[in-house]
Amino acid sequence: MRARVNLPRTARAGEVVTVKTLVAHPMETGYGRDVRGAVIPRHIITDFTCTYAGREVFRAAFRPAVAANPFLEFHLRATVSGPVTFHWRTDRGEETTVERTIEVT
Amino acid sequence: MTVLLVLLIAAPLSGSEFLNPETRALQDDPFENPGYLWVDRGAALWSQAGCARCHAPSEVVASSFPRYDETSAALIDLSGRINRCRALDDAPTWGYEEEPLLALTAFLLNRERGTPTEPALDPRAEPFRQAGEAFFRQRRGQLDLSCAHCHDALAGMRLRGERISQGQVNGFPTYRLLWGTLASTHRMFRWCNEAVRSEPFPPGSPEYVNLEYFLRHRGRGLRIETPAVRR
Repeated sequence: MRARVNLPRTARAGEVVTVKTLVAHPMETGYGRDVRGAVIPRHIITDFTCTYAGREVFRAAFRPAVAANPFLEFHLRATVSGPVTFHWRTDRGEETTVERTIEVT
Repeated sequence: MTVLLVLLIAAPLSGSEFLNPETRALQDDPFENPGYLWVDRGAALWSQAGCARCHAPSEVVASSFPRYDETSAALIDLSGRINRCRALDDAPTWGYEEEPLLALTAFLLNRERGTPTEPALDPRAEPFRQAGEAFFRQRRGQLDLSCAHCHDALAGMRLRGERISQGQVNGFPTYRLLWGTLASTHRMFRWCNEAVRSEPFPPGSPEYVNLEYFLRHRGRGLRIETPAVRR
């Protein structure tokens, strides 16, 4: 899974910053059929978590109705400088992690 | 309304002029536009595959394809050109909708985003441009429609819930929301051919390469928008 993350590099203490993530995934629902009529097995991202300085700050559970290449936008309050980790997991156990650092001034 | 007024003087208009505002906003946001997932991958492929050994980045003008090719005495499109390089490198060639090929073409065309389409003026390519135009004007399929019936005569009008575009190719490869993936011009041609219930041609076929070449001429001056987003 290829992922893109948009997070400011620096923020003032207490500032609310916008985080955007985009991940490449077909999000196959399990209800589709191929040209021969056979069911295409379900293959979706099921979990997304974001941790900030070791603490979980955002979590999302995805369902089959979520479109391909899911986009998420959420907000974080910048408190301390530290790593922000983004983690996606699929129903087949595939995982992708992206790590960024935010500098709080 | 502006769209319709401009159409009266028959200037080329990008497909993005016919989009609803939400789709347009998605295309214009360099982060939210999902096409950039492919552009990023293409940038990685460009360095991995060592393209820069032979090609200076400034030397490649992706939007000048399809071009006349002396080896085959026919037109060659960007995908065909990339696959020829692959063959020279003894690397397996890529199929038309295979992700690496989409990614690399998207990356190369994206570097020219904002520059006007300037197809090469090559007298040897003229017969192929004419063949492409003939294809564009040829009625086909059960619905007995040519490309020109909708994309010339009725552009700007509505077809069910959608506005009919001019069928320009300046935004390709394009992220199509309906398919949830990036798609080549040839996949779009196939889809259009099927929509009028005619037998589509294989991707990369001379018919489609000629058509694409004609469309580049028809859309001369339109700014490259790769990766565009379509419904």
